[in-house]
Amino acid sequence: MTFAAIEVRSVHKHFAGVRALDDVSLSLHAGEVHALVGENGAGKSTLIKIMTGVQRPDGGDLSYQGRPVSFTRPRDAQAAGISTIYQEVNLVPLRSVAANLFLGREPVNRFGLIDYRRMHRAAAGILARYGIAVDVRSRLGELGLGVQQMIAVARALSMNARVIIMDEPTSSLEPREVDLLLGVVAMLRDQQVAVLYVTHKLDEVFRACDRVTVLRDGRVAHSGPVAGTTRLRLVAAMLGRDIDQVRRHGATTFGDEQRDTTGAPLLRAEALSRRPVLDDVSVDVHAGEVVGLAGLLGSGRTETAKAVFGVDPLDSGSIRIGGRRARRWSPAAAIRAGLGMVPEDRKAEGVIADLSVRDNIVLAALPRITVGGFLSKRRQAALVDTFVKRLQIKISHPGQKVRELSGGNQQKVLLARMLCLHPKVLILDEPTRGIDIGAKAEIQALIDELAGLGIGVLLISSELEEVVEGADRVLVLRDGAVVGTFRGDEVTEDRIMRTIAVASNEAAAAKDDDD
Amino acid sequence: MTTVDRPVAAGRRSGGTARDWRRWPEKAGAPIVLALVLIGGSLMYGDSFASRQNFGNIALDSSYLLLIATGMTFVILSGGIDLSVGSLLALAGVLTAYSAQWGTAAAIALPLLVCAAFGLVNGLLIGRARIAPFIVTLATLLFARGLAFAVASEGNKVHIIPADLLLTRLGQARWLGVPAPVWFALIAFGLGALLLSRTRFGQAVFAIGDNQEASELMGLPVARVRILVYVLSATLAGTAGVLIAVQTSSGLPTIGEGRELEAIAAVVLGGTLLTGGAGSLSGTLAGVLLLKVIQNLINQVGTLSSYYQQVVSGTFLIVVVLVQLRLARRRRR
Repeated sequence: MTFAAIEVRSVHKHFAGVRALDDVSLSLHAGEVHALVGENGAGKSTLIKIMTGVQRPDGGDLSYQGRPVSFTRPRDAQAAGISTIYQEVNLVPLRSVAANLFLGREPVNRFGLIDYRRMHRAAAGILARYGIAVDVRSRLGELGLGVQQMIAVARALSMNARVIIMDEPTSSLEPREVDLLLGVVAMLRDQQVAVLYVTHKLDEVFRACDRVTVLRDGRVAHSGPVAGTTRLRLVAAMLGRDIDQVRRHGATTFGDEQRDTTGAPLLRAEALSRRPVLDDVSVDVHAGEVVGLAGLLGSGRTETAKAVFGVDPLDSGSIRIGGRRARRWSPAAAIRAGLGMVPEDRKAEGVIADLSVRDNIVLAALPRITVGGFLSKRRQAALVDTFVKRLQIKISHPGQKVRELSGGNQQKVLLARMLCLHPKVLILDEPTRGIDIGAKAEIQALIDELAGLGIGVLLISSELEEVVEGADRVLVLRDGAVVGTFRGDEVTEDRIMRTIAVASNEAAAAKDDDD
Repeated sequence: MTTVDRPVAAGRRSGGTARDWRRWPEKAGAPIVLALVLIGGSLMYGDSFASRQNFGNIALDSSYLLLIATGMTFVILSGGIDLSVGSLLALAGVLTAYSAQWGTAAAIALPLLVCAAFGLVNGLLIGRARIAPFIVTLATLLFARGLAFAVASEGNKVHIIPADLLLTRLGQARWLGVPAPVWFALIAFGLGALLLSRTRFGQAVFAIGDNQEASELMGLPVARVRILVYVLSATLAGTAGVLIAVQTSSGLPTIGEGRELEAIAAVVLGGTLLTGGAGSLSGTLAGVLLLKVIQNLINQVGTLSSYYQQVVSGTFLIVVVLVQLRLARRRRR
């Protein structure tokens, strides 16, 4: 038995009291492609950073080529033969392809001057080996992202890397470019390189990888050969579910009643497309209906929400609110038309932490509470008072800074901000992520209550039970497309998981047929 | 090896010329405008402009700016800015005049060493302590100017460089009819061009200005390169200061004000992106000459105040940057 190319054993890592990695072990072998999968916050990035010397573990150890090592900075890991291909291409776009391949180790003549002829010839040789047909003199930035990603791989290889870590390398690539990259991954395996392939796309796991490790909440939820596992098992491990015991257990506070959704929809989004993240997604939301969007990370959940709210531009598709077709779509237009959105990333896109609760709530409603262009303090106070009471936001006084509130209360402030615009349709992206159980229950109850008042809700959650119990209808997304729709009693965790997994199966099968 | 060679040749034929054609305004913008201005000037003012004497004046006038702008090109390409060069020029001049009492060697070595030390401090604060280049070099601008005045006793005492000193004879000499400062500037420019385009250091300068984080991840010695560009810039500014002092036989603490901005303007006119990562020294040469020829032409129009030179230069600058931006944006699509 040969030793592993690189191995981490019982690694622990904490950040400010939060456990990022808990007793994680992983070994990579030469000539093996090892998939590392998991949802957001599962600990994938932290594990990579530890393996590449960007961060050091609190406990556990790291060995490379059979010997214990401790890298203190990225350059040490690189010098040892560990290269990382990042999600965002990390090359210099204004320089030529050849310059990028040889940066820092350009061939020089005996006067120490760069020998460009030799460099260009060598660069062309490297590219030819991987079937990349570009002029080595082109500016890197003028090439497609896929080709850039391949050049990053080629650079890593030409530096004699024995371990290559790829961090979601296909997230910004077109399908054709993905094929090219996976071809190179297969070539790496043949050349006895050890590859850690980080992804959240199950297709790629089954197409390109030999082993797979699933991280969930900083722990290894599953690890084993790809051949011996199923998509369903991986999905269950990623979402933290036991496949044999999927049943409703009433952990949420959503009510059970069904609503009549036969009339014309309040929101009708048709054939939304934005390459490469959204592909022909249609969503209807009726008055008083809660529509759930389910799927893995990167499946198009958040992208759909952002497209509907006008945050990201669309390649094609139409959005109608109350039967009226929207033109020149933007968040401002969406709000005017009666949409409200509470974004996924509360801190970056939602609350303004240093403003008061009062100011945060009335931010979007400012035009409605001004008198002759001046802010009416009286109306403002009345509005804030109403919502603080109604949503039971726990604050010492309305002037308190939002920064000082708990996550749950910050979320309520955001909800209040949208509600005081009297929206017809609310989009809630991960409304209960990172908040405590009590506040979670309150927000879930509130969603029910809002639907009861006739507001249409588009609910996105990575917690299956929240979608299953909260939504009247669930759309399952995968790779930017709707792959299943369930309503009423059809909505179960088991069905949704199977749809996510089976959809991957079928797509992979279809792909195989194509080839 | 034939199989390896083919992709290069094929690529050159198919994509190469088209791309070079698209990129020409960025590279050739300043030289073309310069040529037009030279032709226009010759037609309008005839021999009073297009004379050996006048071109000699333009060359001498350009040489100091070329020295500073050469260093500034390195700094800007690396993604930085150096505001201290005008003050360092004055400080070097004052130190030259002051130390001329100890002979030629001292009058050259002292100012250059002091300026290099200033550059090192700039570089360490920017490269290691990671303070913004604008702030650091603004501080050095004030510091060096103050020091220049202090050495010159509040500007009351002007040190005179003796006419019989080797330094004076060297600095005021003409070789092949060309003034010594022009030779020095051209030599510095030539070495700079070699350093920038043919060495690993030069490649690293481009890479760091393009994407500093990526450069670090690729294992380039980012801090060291950033330190060196400021040392280079300060030393070249010091060289210009020494040459000016020798030409005027004195060290005035007031000279060189605003020269840093003129140098930045020349670099940007020459097609170097102010955000770093792309540009060339040949462009900078054209930018320097363009600024100085415009200045000379305005002086030819006796009735216009010389301040109009700055109005015209400013206009050129905006136009060139606008054109660059449009091109860059179009390419990014």
